[in-house]
Amino acid sequence: MSAPGNAIELADVRLVLGARTVLGGVTLTVGASEFVGVLGANGAGKTTLMRAVLGLVPPAAGMIRVLGAPARRGNPAIGYMPQGRAGLGALRLCGRAFVASAVDGHRWGLPWPSRTGWREVDRVLDLVGGTALGGRMLSETSGGERQRLLLAQALLGQPRLLLLDEPLISLDPSRAAEVVQLTKRLQLELGITVLFSAHELNPLLGALDRVLYLGGGGAAMGTVDEVITGPVMSRLYGAPIEVVRAAGRVFVMSGDHDVGHGAHLHEDGHEDGHEHDHGH
Amino acid sequence: MGTKTAMSTTMDTEAGMLDYEFMRNAFAAAGIVAVVAGTVGYLLVLRGQTFAGHALAHIGFTGATGAVLLGVPPLWGLVGLTVLGGVGMGAMGERLGQRDVAIGLVLSLALGFGLLFLHFVTGFSTQATALLFGNVLAVEPDTVWALAGLGVVSLGVLGVLGRPLLFASLQPELAEARGVPVRAMGMAFLAVVALTVAACAQIVGVLLVFTLMVGPAAAAQRVVARVGPGVALAAGLALAEAWGGIVLAYWTDWPTSFWIAALSGAAYGVAYAGTALARR
Repeated sequence: MSAPGNAIELADVRLVLGARTVLGGVTLTVGASEFVGVLGANGAGKTTLMRAVLGLVPPAAGMIRVLGAPARRGNPAIGYMPQGRAGLGALRLCGRAFVASAVDGHRWGLPWPSRTGWREVDRVLDLVGGTALGGRMLSETSGGERQRLLLAQALLGQPRLLLLDEPLISLDPSRAAEVVQLTKRLQLELGITVLFSAHELNPLLGALDRVLYLGGGGAAMGTVDEVITGPVMSRLYGAPIEVVRAAGRVFVMSGDHDVGHGAHLHEDGHEDGHEHDHGH
Repeated sequence: MGTKTAMSTTMDTEAGMLDYEFMRNAFAAAGIVAVVAGTVGYLLVLRGQTFAGHALAHIGFTGATGAVLLGVPPLWGLVGLTVLGGVGMGAMGERLGQRDVAIGLVLSLALGFGLLFLHFVTGFSTQATALLFGNVLAVEPDTVWALAGLGVVSLGVLGVLGRPLLFASLQPELAEARGVPVRAMGMAFLAVVALTVAACAQIVGVLLVFTLMVGPAAAAQRVVARVGPGVALAAGLALAEAWGGIVLAYWTDWPTSFWIAALSGAAYGVAYAGTALARR
């Protein structure tokens, strides 16, 4: 499986948080310039997997390679957009200054970017169509606009791999579609690899090349038709699951419950009542 | 403030004001502290840690009274215990989450011990008032030098850590991924806050450190959306409020700390009303 151009390679990886094994025996490959949707219930390990690729969670077993080298913290070739925090919406700081705080952010010194740094800030703002946003206070932006700024920040330093952790959380369907389209356009324009985690499959259907589904401590990877099937889902959830396709969308059902990856809305990223607690 | 007799002979012009050594000391001490407090306060407000700053001041009261009990200069007790408290709070981590209760309990406990120490020190009640509400007109030349030292250390640390600290404040997960030691940053910053609180307490007392650390910074963030100008405005406002407070106290013979608190509140009120009106 070890082709030189691969963005991410996991070989029999086990990820442990505290005493809990989040993922075990995961082997997979993400190719260069691929758009991969990472799906699974809350607690299935989407964030942990991204943190492992970033070198923040060392694997308890197995090997993680990123862009041909072992995963390590501080890899400048990875752009990362963490899950949005509530505090960002209260910041009395303009978008441009917020994005700029990440320029060379690991270096000592005063927090003013150099002229080259500001040029890089303006470049990424332009890439996400956020130049006008840069002049506005964060406390006066909408959730979708803040996601745009976070995406710009993730693009600083021209990364070749983009890890986006739940960028659609708390967005209404049209804003969510905008973020997906923007990400897809950037992936194609810049020729970069994207890992895009989400609660729901349907907003991503037009954009993703393959899907990585996490559940029950394991993972399944492939095209939507290969992975989002009754047998695969039943194995990941450890319970009988049905998959229904209708009107160009995919619904994953447990008995008579939709398990949370259908077309209906989740508000504000709260853990929903029908989230399955599985795998432990 | 015990200075009325000295003042009432010649208080015609501002030039006359500076003829008194205690006034020169007051302006010097308040000037140094205001610039440091405004600068450190900007980051304190941006990080949403103002309550931690308030708690450190209360812990400082215990340090100061404990020092008097042991026959050590109160300033060193203040510095010692606030820095210990700051590092301790920083070690608890970046996420503020459930910490308000813990901080509140620690500050109550600290004030309780401060009261107990005070109980054992006879004839200390005037000094207690000075500790709680400040007495800038009684600052000794030695104290001015000590404050200058504290200021240089505080601003020096911020000069070195500024960039990674701002990054870690705004985007902790991303900063961690880029290799910034986020928790160590939090500890170092709260140690700087502790030094600043100790210095501030010499001017406006432990109960009113907010007036110089939070008021000017919060007002500046209402008005200015960029980091550099924001820090400059916060420091400038703090300086204007501190010196303005001394001048007004000289004219009215009311307590300096009252005037500084009043100016600080007024500046925030004007900034708030101004930006609220501008948005209409």
